[in-house]
Amino acid sequence: MEYFIHLGILVAIYAILALSLNLVIGYTGLLSVTQAAFYGIGAYATAILITSYDVNFFLSILIGMAATGLAAFIIGYVLSRFDGDYFALGSFGFNIIIFSIFMNWQELTRGPLGIPGIDRPSLFGFVFSDNTPFLVLAALLAVLAYFLCQFIVHSSFGRVLKAIREDEKAIQIFGYKTGYYKLVVFIVGAMVASVGGSLFASYITFIDPSSFHLNESIFVLAIIILGGLANNKGAVWGAAFLILLPEALRFVGFPTDIAAQMRQVVYGLILVLLMLYRPQGLMGEYKL
Amino acid sequence: MPTLETKSISKRFDSIKAVDNVSLSFEAGKITGLIGPNGSGKSTLINLLTGFVPYDAGMLVLGETTRLSRVRPYDIATYDITRTFQDVRLFEQMSVLDNVLVVLTERNVWSALFEKHKTYHLEKAKEVLERVGLWEKRNQLAVNLSYGQRKLLEIARAVAMDANIYFFDEPFAGLFPEMRKVVTSVLKELRNKGNTVILVEHNMDIIRELSDYCVVMDSGSLLAQGKPEVVLSRKDVIEAYLGE
Ligand SMILES: Nc1ncnc2c1ncn2[C@@H]1O[C@H](COP(=O)(O)OP(=O)(O)OP(=O)(O)O)[C@@H](O)[C@H]1O
Ligand SMILES: [Mg+2]
Repeated sequence: MEYFIHLGILVAIYAILALSLNLVIGYTGLLSVTQAAFYGIGAYATAILITSYDVNFFLSILIGMAATGLAAFIIGYVLSRFDGDYFALGSFGFNIIIFSIFMNWQELTRGPLGIPGIDRPSLFGFVFSDNTPFLVLAALLAVLAYFLCQFIVHSSFGRVLKAIREDEKAIQIFGYKTGYYKLVVFIVGAMVASVGGSLFASYITFIDPSSFHLNESIFVLAIIILGGLANNKGAVWGAAFLILLPEALRFVGFPTDIAAQMRQVVYGLILVLLMLYRPQGLMGEYKL
Repeated sequence: MPTLETKSISKRFDSIKAVDNVSLSFEAGKITGLIGPNGSGKSTLINLLTGFVPYDAGMLVLGETTRLSRVRPYDIATYDITRTFQDVRLFEQMSVLDNVLVVLTERNVWSALFEKHKTYHLEKAKEVLERVGLWEKRNQLAVNLSYGQRKLLEIARAVAMDANIYFFDEPFAGLFPEMRKVVTSVLKELRNKGNTVILVEHNMDIIRELSDYCVVMDSGSLLAQGKPEVVLSRKDVIEAYLGE
């Protein structure tokens, strides 16, 4: 049971990340792979604030969001000079830069040693030290992120995001300064990802830079492509699917000596087949 | 009274003078036919006047006082200018309704976040989509429309802007007669309301029928302008067309 709760918490965290990236990629068409960096800034903010300054977890979420928003503002502003593939490459570069800051700013992050001993969240004397209440908290934040994203994409603002994705030059002719829209959605997406990072840090109680590597961005990208771009439910289902599938494969009776490798191969194969036969993802509305 | 004037507008693409020192004026309450052989610079001129492509030199004059040495694409809506594209540019993976609503709703980022669409936005969208016969298709994705329907949707989107100056780049091309009738009546209606309408068209019968004034371009320059019946019978104009 404890194991399922653990998986549930991971699904909630990755659902938040996927929702946040879906705003940027799925709805706006900005192929960003900086999401793991924003996830990391949130995680480090919470880790540092809790361990060194004894700040409450919930306050650390807000401070983390503010820090991430500032970083996203700067990065987004620079990226606004790039288009299409170059945007992707630039965002790739920024993930590497932030990653190496986590690695090398040792006074702040302790570099590769990581930050241990992060407390679990507490609220009015109640400590979320058991995984069950933590799952409730994580799920609650994921639901909040879901409704925030739904609110955004169903607003007039969200309609403009889609138009930017479809034809940015054309929508400008109708009076939209698209640069602002792209910057705002990039910042909002980063701030949502930051919440996932805060949750992760206080759940695992230890973080080091390896969790915020570019690979992590690619994994989240895989989630939203698989779940279906420009669909918030798809982002959530995609997260559940990609986290649970490898676990489900544990129950397939592979011979024990090659079980681990077989699981990897089958996992990869299922992804390839899915993309071959369902390129729009599980519930996608839009194909890259 | 001219609503829009160009003063020595020019645009070069590498070695091609796509628009070469063009000074023109367009009048309100008239349909101005903009004609010329393929590659003569008609679409480029529209692109320059709508900020879609920056011009190298020259000036755009709006009304009596606004003189612009540069036009940004997102500013033209505030000057009440709108357009369609020769190569239809819709928001493909959005519904027909959203393709129109998106040009009606709030421009300001923050206000847009807290607005879905107002009732009058929806009413306006309904009005223009009914005008071109696409209201029944409002929930379909634009990408699934037929070619003719796509052209009509683009026209509806432009009409929804309630602009003063409209550029239509070959709106009749590839349309069936039924749809042509719709476009004809939309253009006439816009003109009769006192708007400035600029129509690019290769079919001279349509130009004769619709345009009040006619401008001929050839190799980026102005070749002739005047009443269509006069201009279209000029020898140099006929030669420019035959020579292509
Ligand atoms: N973006 C561009 N880059 C390079 N050359 C261009 C570009 N746009 C237009 N041209 C060139 O400028 C010239 C004018 O083209 P334009 O499209 O304005 O002609 P047009 O009169 O609209 O022709 P048509 O009747 O075929 O639509 C052509 O020689 C064209 O090849
Ligand atoms: Mg043209």
